[in-house]
Amino acid sequence: MSANESTRLSGAKALIKSLEHEGVDTIFGYPGGQILPVYDELYDASIRHILVRHEQAAAHAADGYARATGRVGVCLATSGPGATNLVTGIATAYMDSVPVVAITGQVPTAMIGNDAFQEADITGITIPITKHNYLVKNANDLPRIVKESFFIASTGRPGPVLIDFPKDIQNTIFDYVYPDKVQLQSYKPTFSGHPLQIKKACALIEKAECPVLYVGGGAIAANASDEIRTLAETIMAPVTTTLMGKGAFPDDHPLALGMLGMHGTRFANYSIIDCDLLIAIGARFDDRVTGKLESFAPNAKVIHIDIDPAELGKNIKVDVPIVGDAKVILKKILATLKLKMPKSSEWLRKIEVWKKEYPLDYDQGGSELKPQYVIQCISQLVRDGIFVTEVGQAQMWSAHYLQCKKPRTFLSSGGLGTMGYGFPAAIGAKVGCPDKDVWDIAGDGSIQMNIQELATAMENDIKVNVAIINNMYLGMVRQWQELFFNRRYSYTNMKGQPNFVKVAEAYGAVGIEVTKKSEVKDAIKQAQKSDRVTFIDFKVTREENVFPMVPAGASISEFVEYDRRP
Amino acid sequence: MANGNGIDQTHTLSVLVANKPGVLTHVSGLFSRRGYNIDSLTVGVTENPEISRMTIVAHGDEHVIEQVTKQLNKLIDIIKVVEVTPKESVDRELALIKVTAKAQNRSEVIQIVDIFRAKIIDVSSESVVIEITGSGDKINALEEMMRPFGIKEMVRTGKVALVRGSRLTQHEK
Ligand SMILES: Cc1ncc(C[n+]2csc(CCOP(=O)(O)OP(=O)(O)O)c2C)c(N)n1
Ligand SMILES: [Mg+2]
Repeated sequence: MSANESTRLSGAKALIKSLEHEGVDTIFGYPGGQILPVYDELYDASIRHILVRHEQAAAHAADGYARATGRVGVCLATSGPGATNLVTGIATAYMDSVPVVAITGQVPTAMIGNDAFQEADITGITIPITKHNYLVKNANDLPRIVKESFFIASTGRPGPVLIDFPKDIQNTIFDYVYPDKVQLQSYKPTFSGHPLQIKKACALIEKAECPVLYVGGGAIAANASDEIRTLAETIMAPVTTTLMGKGAFPDDHPLALGMLGMHGTRFANYSIIDCDLLIAIGARFDDRVTGKLESFAPNAKVIHIDIDPAELGKNIKVDVPIVGDAKVILKKILATLKLKMPKSSEWLRKIEVWKKEYPLDYDQGGSELKPQYVIQCISQLVRDGIFVTEVGQAQMWSAHYLQCKKPRTFLSSGGLGTMGYGFPAAIGAKVGCPDKDVWDIAGDGSIQMNIQELATAMENDIKVNVAIINNMYLGMVRQWQELFFNRRYSYTNMKGQPNFVKVAEAYGAVGIEVTKKSEVKDAIKQAQKSDRVTFIDFKVTREENVFPMVPAGASISEFVEYDRRP
Repeated sequence: MANGNGIDQTHTLSVLVANKPGVLTHVSGLFSRRGYNIDSLTVGVTENPEISRMTIVAHGDEHVIEQVTKQLNKLIDIIKVVEVTPKESVDRELALIKVTAKAQNRSEVIQIVDIFRAKIIDVSSESVVIEITGSGDKINALEEMMRPFGIKEMVRTGKVALVRGSRLTQHEK
């Protein structure tokens, strides 16, 4: 059947057909009254549906699937509480610019606005956290809306799009035709970068003696890793990545500086302070990165490459803003550059000294089980893996100690900082990349926010591993209380903790407890060998802190002194 | 390296939007969410029934207005955003003012209305309703003149604006 031949279909069937047209192979969802016609169609559709245990997990799983594969992730929920349960997941995807299409059931059109049973104004609620959203009022609009949604979600600066789909429209029979093309006169992302700006950028690059590349999540969205590496090696510039940019440049590369910002390495932050040229690629000068703006790259010319014009000049003054796709623009810059010899040798020597003097390290603590050590072991033993994190100290140690060599192998909620993201996102990543060894690096607090997804993983044979870095604290909050609130640990001591091994076992998964350093590697290997979902409960030293650290609002060179308390 | 702060000024944005439900919510939501101040917002359909024009008067420094413009442009249903400067554009506002006008001072009210080239569009034994079109300043001036008589009620439309001459705000971003 050709794409634009018409057939008589119900709205629900048309939705499934439209999703098939978009190449959707998996939906993460949870049914309910107002989405029943769609679920009836899913009963014998070719699309795989994964039943989650909480709609928030459906949104995170779609997000994890999207980040790991680069394709659009899809989640589905009923109206009212189903739709509102998606909200945290949609906001997480929005803050990190992840392409997700969320579909919600809605009460019949005639009842909208009457406070009907399970009615929630989800298009109203999600305006500030979606790139765009739709309420389908006429079945004839549905194919176009689906087509537009996938286009909007995945192009330009990616982001979530929500489609609210009333039940009567799901049941309406109409002439279904799937459009070949999107016609949105008002949405045309700029792609290619202005030639004059590219020339100006090259002139700055040719002059620079102390350049730094500052790489964010946009570089991964644009698949620009190869070009970034070529540029770095051509001009011999060190590269620092944000939490979202981790993996865009190999962590083990001699030019890698690791992460910058509040928990950045000293050498990354010092390089920002002293550089004479900052090349920002798909990064947005977030406050966790810049600290006090006045002292961020104070001596540098700034080139900022971003697909979103609104990011250019939003937080800092930029000398050469370039709007467009990072890959395309970097290719053009590389083709235009007339640099004979990199001028950065002096600069690189200076950085080498910093690296030797202020390495990223921690007190090994003799025989104690340190969280950093656990993460280093995971990094060593997981070869072809995807690391997903929750939020807190374990997230920051993951950023520090996991060696990521490829893009889309480190997935973390950066912008919203959503505890509970990691486990369902790991499930989504594994569904998208079944051959990868997928690990969720979790805090004991975070894992409890979506621990019910053990059932989803077990039921659908989604083999993921969860390393619980168990300090029995809401560790990151405790760290702030220690440093800034006189060690008054107000409600951060998690005394009522479950036995994680038994929890895993209750769901039919494998649970392993590790209390000794000597057991760490064996436990990781055991998880890798098992074909069942595995939780490892690493009982780590409780009051470890994440260092380096810059207090909020301070200059990024003003580190909290490493403080070894008795 | 923080971004420079300029001077707080009033700016007029002429915004072409798809004539669809929900667009106004998207626009007003954007302003409140990002902490931008709207002085007035008017919206009405254009010569093309699928497109509406919003005239937004907002204040802030240049950086804020640039951000407003860029963020507006990101909304999918926004077709074009242009800032119209007083020099390059014509603008008007309309107001209706209900003023106490009894027999003893009615002729005085009528005289002032004439001077302003405004109109009386409704009369009762106690009051008149005045219609005035013009710049915001002109309306302010009439309002001041009427205050001593007693303004019972008043409504203003907010500013509408078009670029002068043959230049158009074309239908593309
Ligand atoms: C949903 C949500 N609620 C609250 C917070 C605030 N918060 C940030 S880190 C953190 C503690 C996390 O504890 P845990 O998961 O045990 O990780 P740890 O820091 O101990 O490694 C909290 C409560 C958050 N980020 N997300
Ligand atoms: Mg913890």
